[in-house]
Amino acid sequence: MTATQEPTGATTSEIGRDRRRKEDQRLITGRTRWTDNITLPGMLHLAMVRSPFPHARITGIDTEAAKGATNVVAVLTGADLGEAQGVCINAWPVVPDQVTPAHLPMPSDRVSFAGEVVAVVVARTAAEARDAAELVEVDYEELPAALDLKDAATAHETGGAIAHPDLGTNVSAVWRFDSGEAGTGGDVEQAIAEARSNGILIEREYRQQRLIPAFMEPRSVVVDPTGEQITVWSATQVPHILRFAMAATTGVPESKIRVIAPDVGGGFGGKLQQTPEEMIAFAVARRLGKPVKFTETRSESLLTAHHGRDQWQRLTLAATKDGHVTGLKVDLLADLGAYVAIVGGGVPVLGAFMFNAIYKFPAYQFQTTNVLTNKTWTDAYRGAGRPEATFAIERLMDELAVAVGKDPLEVREMNWIKHEEFPFTTVAGLQYDSGNYEAATARAKEMFGYDELRAEQAERRANGDKVQLGLGISTFTEMCGLAPSRVLGSLNYGAGGWEHAEVRMLPTGKVEIVTGASAHGQGHETAFSQIAADRLGVPFEDVEVLHGDTQISHKGLDTYGSRSLVVGGEALVRALDKVIEKARPVAAHLLEASADDLEFSGGRFTVKGTDQGMAITEIATAVFAAHNLPDGMEPSLDSEATYDPVNFNYPHGTHLCAVEVDTETGQVKLRKYVCCDDIGVVINPLIVSGQVHGGLVQGIAQALWEEAVYDDNGTLVSGSFVDYLLPTAADTISFEIDHTTSPSTTNSLGTKGVGEAGTIASTPAVVNAVVDAVRHLGVSDITMPCTPERVWRAIRSGSSGGATTEAAMPHFDETEGGVQ
Amino acid sequence: MIPAAFEYVAPTSVEEALAALAEHGDDAKIIAGGQSLLPVLRMRLNAPEWVIDLGRIESLRGVSDRGDHLAIGAMTTHHDVGQDPLVHEHALLISKAITHLADAQVRHRGTFGGALAHADPAGDLGAPALALGSTFVVQGPGGTREVAASDFFVDLFETAISDDEILTEVRVPKHAGWGAAYEKFVRIAHQWPIVAVAATVRMEGDTIAEARIGLTNMGSTPVRAEAAEQALAGVPATEEGVAAAAALAADGTNPPSDLNGDADYRRHLATVLTRRAVLAAAGRS
Repeated sequence: MTATQEPTGATTSEIGRDRRRKEDQRLITGRTRWTDNITLPGMLHLAMVRSPFPHARITGIDTEAAKGATNVVAVLTGADLGEAQGVCINAWPVVPDQVTPAHLPMPSDRVSFAGEVVAVVVARTAAEARDAAELVEVDYEELPAALDLKDAATAHETGGAIAHPDLGTNVSAVWRFDSGEAGTGGDVEQAIAEARSNGILIEREYRQQRLIPAFMEPRSVVVDPTGEQITVWSATQVPHILRFAMAATTGVPESKIRVIAPDVGGGFGGKLQQTPEEMIAFAVARRLGKPVKFTETRSESLLTAHHGRDQWQRLTLAATKDGHVTGLKVDLLADLGAYVAIVGGGVPVLGAFMFNAIYKFPAYQFQTTNVLTNKTWTDAYRGAGRPEATFAIERLMDELAVAVGKDPLEVREMNWIKHEEFPFTTVAGLQYDSGNYEAATARAKEMFGYDELRAEQAERRANGDKVQLGLGISTFTEMCGLAPSRVLGSLNYGAGGWEHAEVRMLPTGKVEIVTGASAHGQGHETAFSQIAADRLGVPFEDVEVLHGDTQISHKGLDTYGSRSLVVGGEALVRALDKVIEKARPVAAHLLEASADDLEFSGGRFTVKGTDQGMAITEIATAVFAAHNLPDGMEPSLDSEATYDPVNFNYPHGTHLCAVEVDTETGQVKLRKYVCCDDIGVVINPLIVSGQVHGGLVQGIAQALWEEAVYDDNGTLVSGSFVDYLLPTAADTISFEIDHTTSPSTTNSLGTKGVGEAGTIASTPAVVNAVVDAVRHLGVSDITMPCTPERVWRAIRSGSSGGATTEAAMPHFDETEGGVQ
Repeated sequence: MIPAAFEYVAPTSVEEALAALAEHGDDAKIIAGGQSLLPVLRMRLNAPEWVIDLGRIESLRGVSDRGDHLAIGAMTTHHDVGQDPLVHEHALLISKAITHLADAQVRHRGTFGGALAHADPAGDLGAPALALGSTFVVQGPGGTREVAASDFFVDLFETAISDDEILTEVRVPKHAGWGAAYEKFVRIAHQWPIVAVAATVRMEGDTIAEARIGLTNMGSTPVRAEAAEQALAGVPATEEGVAAAAALAADGTNPPSDLNGDADYRRHLATVLTRRAVLAAAGRS
């Protein structure tokens, strides 16, 4: 059973305090170390020559003209660099017999997606490199391209195009979970058969469109080979993983590589990759013995930084006639793109445990077929697998409610895990430690004015208003805080999921925290300072947080999967506690008391029952001097801890969305968005609000606006922000957010991850609302993004509005000929 | 996002600009506010050898009253045109359209003449300029000539301006007292219009005496909704009366199909937006 606490109000404690982010001034003003701001003496610049074709044999590369261009130092191809370029690794072969194409950063024989690098130009300035890149002539022999996901999945049987012909198939892996086989639940086929004869069967196919992470700072890398080590600065989320991958695939000893992620401007998963461009820069710098820089253009970023989502979901939900779910069967097709990215094949698997969501389903089966195509590779994007799962189940629960004639909230409550049932082992085999779906839902309903809005909806329907109102619900949960290493091992993942922290007590009373998590906009420096200040009783301002440099934070597994606080924060707490325990005997010695008689509070050790005491910062000074320490005592309070989580972490929440749909045009307008998330104990409410607001917009954008579209030639049509509709503040409304608090029982802070929650929850809330607005007009689904045209067509035909299939012209193209 | 290298010249008079244009011909591009040209150059979709900047030609800036019409200098920024009291009084439709044009940054850099000469059928100024019956003044080696709006827009990104000419001024007939509205349909705020309708009406009591309607992104050029205009004359400004006329708005148009909508959807939008724009212009919404 989980106790639900009242949210803490105003407090003088650091935990729960609205601290403004200490890193923001430098991040917002840009007066900081973005990778592209780094300039080294003698540094050369790279420009990439990229394939315009999705699939082609390279029959010749003429680099002579480019080599002769002004200030060009070298032009190198895949053949020139050979094995020195290393390979891009797949760290998560999801099945032992996974089909994994070799991924050279710069192939020399064949290109597999439009945008793949075929040559690199090195020049004294970035502009000269770019100019010369246009002079490289590449001869291609086009090959049939595997573009459509469904066609690609069966191409080995139908004779269709194969993304990598030597592999003979586009199917990379089939990964399956069955609750009957796993012993976590019943037989889903039996549940379906029973529902077919005497119950409710909901069968749907949903599309998860392809998305582009579209982080603010384009990727950039600087490699300096001129010291004792090769130093790599990269706009990456994963400096530690990048160092490992570079060492493992190039033969350069790991100890000879230093990777620094300086300030990094966003990632959303899009920067957890080991990229071809990083590997090419590394190889070129080593070859030439000079520092080099590569910064991608926005166009290159949209085209080649890994994309996200891109699934077809075939779903079968079995239920009794009154709405109790008896089984769920999920059959996915997942588009990997041209290569199996670092965790690309694992993204659908991360979703596998979440389709059952907050519900008690007796039987569950999941299968994903991971498919290679000749498009940009896909990998983690904010939520990675869980948004897809949450969308599917939350859409289905609305459909079930319609089928049984009940309110969608009522159907959810009939099926969800009651708060007194925690900890609860799900049909997917996870143990949810805490939660209270009743409390979050009650609060959200109250904030939303659910009953009043339902009444307004009924009135508008009765009046036949041109603008109809729809209400959408999403009662989500997710698994985050990646991850228990044993679980990762059982899933065949190539690394563990622990995190590391160090605490350095400086002689002047200041404190340095080192974390292996790697911030790229989340606010680690502020939140971790608050934790340290709270635990040690030192001023917030006296704590410095160091991260993102393998030479300073030598151990770490970086930032993704909402793990920094729940895993890295716990490591920090343990390191802080070690500092206190190391200080205790020193305090006892200096205070001439027994260690057992000391208590530590507010940054001071005091002798119980006296006013005698000493601040931990004074002890730090005394330890530095080391003049008067207990015999045999090491003169250091510095401590470290490596923490391997015992479980995932399960934030949840109830999101309610109201939209107005203009039935004349199909335009969808957000009317109200309310959410009550339970993310356990909140360290900094201001940061949490930022995460929730940003996450909501990103999820709403999938529902309404964003889609990466390829035409029949394999060209990314939505290759600029003119055609890839990234929303801004002007497109959103003010969100109303609140929290209930069921502390996590698996970390000592009681926290849960919040980095992905808003994105995971909001997409189905919005689509459910859009469908709800026009359901009485015969509509039961609208394909994402719910464009005005699709909504309009759905209303006219009572269908889903169709998928984006037409080839379409980008707004910017070569016919552009305006004079002024 | 680095453009190919180009030579740059910034003349201070139209004559100097014309001379530069004559000298470099096909190798030159004229830059006004740069809000369309710079992205094209940065994406290397075009690589002129010369860029001739009109930004220092002061005579091309400003709005003046010329009796029966306003003269808007080609290099006047969108912001300045939009804020101009003469434009508000005599060409309200242009003021209304400019409030929907791109964002504040673009409106402070982009120019009225530059946008029109760029002739993007999704641009927000073509339809109002056309609807108001504007005249375009272009200057070339042989002097100036006037081009009617109906002849100015030739095709996608193509106008009646010759390679050796420069657009210097747009003359907009006065429409004092006419109501106006610009209905722009977008999915997100900073998007080009999927369709937009520029409508301005002269009311006599509760009746629409005269209507002028321009359509944005309903073909390769801005177009007039002539059938709807004619049907609106003498119609009471009611929902029903206007709707019947607005249903003709897409007649004769040939809109594009792209990611944001097929042609048939755009035709439908044009009728809905025309009804709304006309009613708004008539003060009925």
